[in-house]
Amino acid sequence: MSLISKNVQMNDDLRNLSLSGHVGFDSLPDQLVNKSTSQGFCFNILCVGETGIGKSTLMDTLFNTKFESEPATHNEPGVRLKARSYELQESNVRLKLTIVDTVGFGDQINKDDSYKPIVEYIDAQFEAYLQEELKIKRSLFNYHDTRIHACLYFIAPTGHSLKSLDLVTMKKLDSKVNIIPIIAKADTIAKNELHKFKSKIMSELVSNGVQIYQFPTDEETVAEINATMSVHLPFAVVGSTEEVKIGNKMAKARQYPWGVVQVENENHCDFVKLREMLIRVNMEDLREQTHTRHYELYRRCKLEEMGFKDTDPDSKPFSLQETYEAKRNEFLGELQKKEDEMRQMFVMRVKEKEAELKEAEKDLHEKFDHLKRTHQEEKKKVEDKKKELEEELNNFQKKKAAAQLLQSQAQQAGSQQTKKDKDKKNASFT
Amino acid sequence: MFKGPVENKNEAAMSELVPEPRQKPVVPMKPMGINASLLGYIGIDTIIEQMRKKTMKTGFDFNIMVVGQSGLGKSTLVNTLFKSQVSRKSSGWNREEKIPKTVEIKAIGHVIEEGGVKMKLTVIDTPGFGDQINNENCWEPIEKYINEQYEKFLKEEVNIARKKRIPDTRVHCCLYFISPTGHSLRPLDLEFMKHLSKVVNIIPVIAKADTMTLEEKTEFKQRVRKELEVNGIEFYPQKEFDEDLEDKTENDKIRESMPFAVVGSDKEYQVNGKRVLGRKTPWGIIEVENLSHCEFALLRDFVIRTHLQDLKEVTHNIHYETYRAKRLNDNGGLPPMTVETEENHESNL
Repeated sequence: MSLISKNVQMNDDLRNLSLSGHVGFDSLPDQLVNKSTSQGFCFNILCVGETGIGKSTLMDTLFNTKFESEPATHNEPGVRLKARSYELQESNVRLKLTIVDTVGFGDQINKDDSYKPIVEYIDAQFEAYLQEELKIKRSLFNYHDTRIHACLYFIAPTGHSLKSLDLVTMKKLDSKVNIIPIIAKADTIAKNELHKFKSKIMSELVSNGVQIYQFPTDEETVAEINATMSVHLPFAVVGSTEEVKIGNKMAKARQYPWGVVQVENENHCDFVKLREMLIRVNMEDLREQTHTRHYELYRRCKLEEMGFKDTDPDSKPFSLQETYEAKRNEFLGELQKKEDEMRQMFVMRVKEKEAELKEAEKDLHEKFDHLKRTHQEEKKKVEDKKKELEEELNNFQKKKAAAQLLQSQAQQAGSQQTKKDKDKKNASFT
Repeated sequence: MFKGPVENKNEAAMSELVPEPRQKPVVPMKPMGINASLLGYIGIDTIIEQMRKKTMKTGFDFNIMVVGQSGLGKSTLVNTLFKSQVSRKSSGWNREEKIPKTVEIKAIGHVIEEGGVKMKLTVIDTPGFGDQINNENCWEPIEKYINEQYEKFLKEEVNIARKKRIPDTRVHCCLYFISPTGHSLRPLDLEFMKHLSKVVNIIPVIAKADTMTLEEKTEFKQRVRKELEVNGIEFYPQKEFDEDLEDKTENDKIRESMPFAVVGSDKEYQVNGKRVLGRKTPWGIIEVENLSHCEFALLRDFVIRTHLQDLKEVTHNIHYETYRAKRLNDNGGLPPMTVETEENHESNL
């Protein structure tokens, strides 16, 4: 009796059925949400902007806490990213917030490579997630997500237009992260100039093809608020953690001799709008866009780079396993080839070395022979000279002997003569 | 409630946050585990609302499989659970149809909506299971089907250009119907559950519980539980996936009262002035949703109202991952079902 399963009949014309009573699966979103709350949420913000433009202050203001440390100096040799993680809790929601700061952005004389560390950082986070996803034994459900969900780009309040550094950086980042441009230190711009500044910036972004984050307008409940808020982009913000007494309340504000700029006053700046959009309305959408759009794009590019394809030339879908196998074999083949090459080279080198050594040996032998011969010759020469010298010596000795004889004879003769003389003399006396 | 096997690194302790970099990151992460005290309302808790809206918009998939010999009331029970005619019985299946000679797998999908929540429910029936004279290996087609769904999902997940939302056809829950003999489990029951508890969430139910008195019910349930334990069969909710004490106590309570003894019915009767689902017998009306009559309400609350999401998560995070790990590890031979899958599904998709 054969027990193979016949074709699974999938009823694809899914009928909409009506329920005759309360089933209870409308609690499903709650079940889902409860699970997520117990695990906690991750949210990672990247702040890109020049030193001193107010990134840290704005973060402090947004999240109502004093996050940290000393301000950066202007002497950084290059751009580097500093990430800090915090855990915030509000009612029963736990948020793992990571704020990444670009230290030294815009300070260098040559800013050509300023965007590179930022792009590398973002890619590194995607890569880490991809690696985890590709593992065999993986644990994605409790993976601490470090991918950047939102990038706040701080535009300096010049009042004119975007700097070219801004354009270049944003262009490099727009396909990797959700960019929300904001005008920092907005209290330095007057109201009428602000409007012109904003439209100039937006038109520049559009004409340069920079894709900033679009607030989602597909869901009715948020479509309206998102649409109205989008009009005010880029948000002109003012950050402050100091409180000033206004009326009978304390409010976050900046006190000037000519007045007080209230952070949370919508007439004064767009801080409230930013907070609404970033946190209270679209935080989940930002996370989703990061995962489904930016991450998927990165993943696709990376895998294609590694050589994986979805369909082979016959347009039959490849299974990843087949691709893995193919790649692995290819890789092993290459490895083998390299090994063979190296072996061959090694053998060749050894041969060469051997030949060289042989040559050297031959040379040495020759030299040795040559030296020996020379040595022989020298020796002979020396012997000859020695003989000569000996002969000379003999001659000399002979001569000496002869001379001595002569001398002694002469002396004898001389002394005889003297004696004769003496005798003569003596004889003459007598 | 499941969160996955707690690793020694104690992921459960949320206050220490080092996002451990898997490879050397461009920036060294400094963990600042300060529980920053908030000086005012930020609005982080709105993320719950945002998430809820998002999930309601995307809708849910749920796939439930019913396994058991014919005549145990599987189709009726599923209809009662989802209060609509979702099962094979109603979609053109004739009761007079001959019992199939082999185990067939029939999946029927519907879309149901309640309270703004849309659910694509697929009921997978297995006619022919346990009905032959020789039932050896009759669970194999079922196991194959389950693995095929995992394979399909894996293929989608592994694509370069992936769909935004991969259609989920994996079996999230398998209701296994135990015949109310009053004695003990049959060898077929044990074999099936032994093989399948490793790949899918099995919820055993005692069918047609109106044939047993209360004492018989309790005794039978105890015996069944004992037998399952002795044979090492972990039914859902599995002990090993209890995350914390809260979960454990809640799930322990449920495990103690499983398997639920249920009665199904799609007919309504008038009892005490109310319309209730029930079965009419000469000696009284058995109310399906009355807890003193049978445990249907417990089963429904358990599966739908509290653990629906958890069923899906255990399937995704544990069973699917196990399958995937095994599949990717067996780099060597391609299991034969890959080829068949293509053939099978080509005709259906």
